[in-house]
Amino acid sequence: MLKIQNLHAGIEEKKILKGINLEVKPGEVHAIMGPNGSGKSTLASVLAGRENFEVTDGSVEFYGKDLLELAPEERAGEGLFLAFQYPVEIPGLTTTNFIKTAVNEVRKYRGQDALDAVGFLKLMKEKMGLMNIDQSLLSRPLNEGFSGGEKKRNEIFQMAMLEPRLAILDETDSGLDIDAIRIVSNGVNKIRGKDNAVLVITHYQRLLDYIVPDFVHVLYKGRIVKSGTKELALELEERGYDFIKNEVNIGEEA
Amino acid sequence: MDTISYFKEQLNQLPQTQPAALARIRQEAADAFVQQGIPATRHEEWKYTRISSLFNKGFEWPVNQSATAVGEDQMQALRLPGSEKANELVFVNGRFSKELSVIRSKDLTVLSLEEAAAGEFEPLIAAHLGHSSDYLKDGIHAMNTAFMQGAVFVHVAKNKIIAEPVYAYHITDARAANSLSLPRSLVYISQAAELHWVETFHTLGMQESFTNQVVEMVAEKDARLFYYKIQHDAPHTNLVSTTHIRQIGQCYTYAVTISLDGHIVRNNTHVVMEAEHGEAHLYGLYFLNGNTHVDNHTIVDNAKPHCYSNELYKGVVGDSATGVFNGKIFVRQDAQKINAYQSNKNIILSDAASVNTKPQLEIFADDVKCSHGCTIGRLDEEGLFYLQSRGIPAKLAQSLLLHGFTSDILEKIKLDVIRDYADQLISQRLELL
Repeated sequence: MLKIQNLHAGIEEKKILKGINLEVKPGEVHAIMGPNGSGKSTLASVLAGRENFEVTDGSVEFYGKDLLELAPEERAGEGLFLAFQYPVEIPGLTTTNFIKTAVNEVRKYRGQDALDAVGFLKLMKEKMGLMNIDQSLLSRPLNEGFSGGEKKRNEIFQMAMLEPRLAILDETDSGLDIDAIRIVSNGVNKIRGKDNAVLVITHYQRLLDYIVPDFVHVLYKGRIVKSGTKELALELEERGYDFIKNEVNIGEEA
Repeated sequence: MDTISYFKEQLNQLPQTQPAALARIRQEAADAFVQQGIPATRHEEWKYTRISSLFNKGFEWPVNQSATAVGEDQMQALRLPGSEKANELVFVNGRFSKELSVIRSKDLTVLSLEEAAAGEFEPLIAAHLGHSSDYLKDGIHAMNTAFMQGAVFVHVAKNKIIAEPVYAYHITDARAANSLSLPRSLVYISQAAELHWVETFHTLGMQESFTNQVVEMVAEKDARLFYYKIQHDAPHTNLVSTTHIRQIGQCYTYAVTISLDGHIVRNNTHVVMEAEHGEAHLYGLYFLNGNTHVDNHTIVDNAKPHCYSNELYKGVVGDSATGVFNGKIFVRQDAQKINAYQSNKNIILSDAASVNTKPQLEIFADDVKCSHGCTIGRLDEEGLFYLQSRGIPAKLAQSLLLHGFTSDILEKIKLDVIRDYADQLISQRLELL
C-alpha cells in the first residue's frame, strides 16, 4: 500500500531525510526506531503533508497514487492517519464537533453520504467502548486542558473513528506511563486488521511489547540503516543505539 | 463655514427651556466643545482613529427636526430576534421616538430627560448625568452633551428583575442628506434590580452618517447589569459609542461589544467601581474585513478595595481592516486587594490588515493583583495542519479555528437569542473568507 523510494526531505537548508526506502503492505505493523534527531518525526510529517518540510527527491506512493501531490486532507481521505506526537489544543471547538466534521469530510471525499446525527452517535458510542474513552472528554474543547494520556487516547479514538488504511503513530508513547501505554496499545490492537497497516515511530522498545511489529527499522542520519524483526528492537533495548551508530560511522569511514 | 462655526451656530438655536441642572451641563459642554473641537489624532486618546476629517464632508444637524419618515417598514428590516418579547427603544437621528418604541415591562420607566429632570428623578439626574465629566475633556463627548435633544432617562425600580431585555435601536436617516445623530441616555438600575440591554446601530441610505452616542448606566448595590452592543452597520457609516458604567454600590456589571462593520467605529467603554467588592466584566469581539476601522478604548477604574474585574477583547482582522485596542486599568491609592485582569488577542488574516494594541496600567495601591497581556499573530499553522490531517479541507479548517477563537466571547452573551444572532453574524463573516 505504501511505497517510499529514495525519499529526501528537509526544512529550509537542512537536509534531514537522505534516501528512505520502505514498503508497507496491508496487515503489517512496521516499527521505526532510532536515536533523537535521526529523522523519525520528519518522516511522519512528510507522509502526512506538513507544509514546512520540503521534499527534494524520491517518491511516495500510496495505493498507486502519488502521495506527495495530495493536500493533507486528501491524504486523510485516502486513508492515511497521523497520530500526533504533540496533539494540538483547539480552543472553542468541541472534540465531538471536530470528529463529526472530520468523519463526514472523509466520507465526502470517499463518495459516501454524510452520517446523520443518529448514525454518528451510534458509531461514536461503539468506538468509545472500544477505546475506553469518556463522554465528558468529548464534550470539551479539542485537547484543551487534556492530560498527556488523554490527548494520546483521543488521538487513537480519532483513528478508530476515521478507520484509516495506514496509521502512523508518531512517538505515541512519549510522556506516557505504562498504564497509559497499555490503554493506547490496546486501542491500536483492536483496530488492527488484515486490510490496514500501522507504522509505529518510537524511541523505545517498550511500546513494541504491546504493539508487536512484524518489521523493525532503524533510522539514523536520515536513512534506514538496519531492518529486521521484533528481535532487533530487543537488541536495541539491550545494547542501546551506540552499536548501530558505530557500525554506520565505521561504514562511512571505510 | 468651518465645522466648529457651523455647530456654534446650531448651539445658539437650541431651545433654552430646560431644567436648570441640564442647562448648566449643556452650557459647560458647549463651551468645552467650542474650545476643543473634534479630537485630532495628535490627541493621545485618538492617536489611531481619525474622525476630524469626517467632518470636512459637512453634516446637517437640524435643530428642529421632528418627524422623519422612519416607520414600521424600516423597523421590520432591522429588528433583532426576540423583539416581540423585548422593550424596544427607538432613537431616530439621535432623538428618542415614542411612537416607534414599545415598553412592555411595567417596572421599567422610560421618560424624556427633560421630563425626568422636572420630576421625582431630578436628584438622580443631578447626581449622575455627565458624572465622568468627560464632556469637559473630550470634544466628541462634549458635542454629544452640548446637543442633547430627545435624550431619555430609564429607571429600573428597586428589587425588580426586568425579564424582557431592552433593545435600543439607533437609527440614522442618511437617505436625503449627510446625517449626524447624537443619542443620549441615562439608565439607572436600583438596588437588587436586574437589566439586560442590547444596543444596535443602523443607517438608512447611502449619504454620510455619523452617530456619536453616549449612554451612562448607574448600578446600585446588588444590581445586575448585562449590556450588549452589536455593531454591523453599513460599511460607509461612522460611530462613536460611549458607554459609562458607574457602580455606586457593590454590584455586578457586564458588557459585551461585538463589532463587525462600519467605516470607523470607536467604542469608549468605561467602568468605574466606586464600592468595595464590585465585579465588572468587559468583553469584546471585532471581526473585520474591507476597510473597517474599529477602536475599542476601555477603562476600568478601581476606586475602592476588593473589586474584581475581568476584561477580554479578541479580534480577527482581515483585508485592509484595522483593529485598535487600548485598555486602561486604574487602581486608586486606597483600592487595595483588587483583582484586575485584562487580555487582548488578535489574529491577522492578511498583509494589509493591522492591529494596534496598548494595555495601560496605572496602579497607585500596593497590594493588588493585576495582569494584562496582548497577542497579535497569524492563524495557528499547526492547528490548521492538525485539522487538515483529519480530512478537513483547509478553508473549513480555517473557519473552524476562527469560530473557535471567537466562541469564548460569544459565550459571554447571556441572552440566548442575541448570542445565536451574533453567532450567526460571525458564521456569515466566516463564509466570506
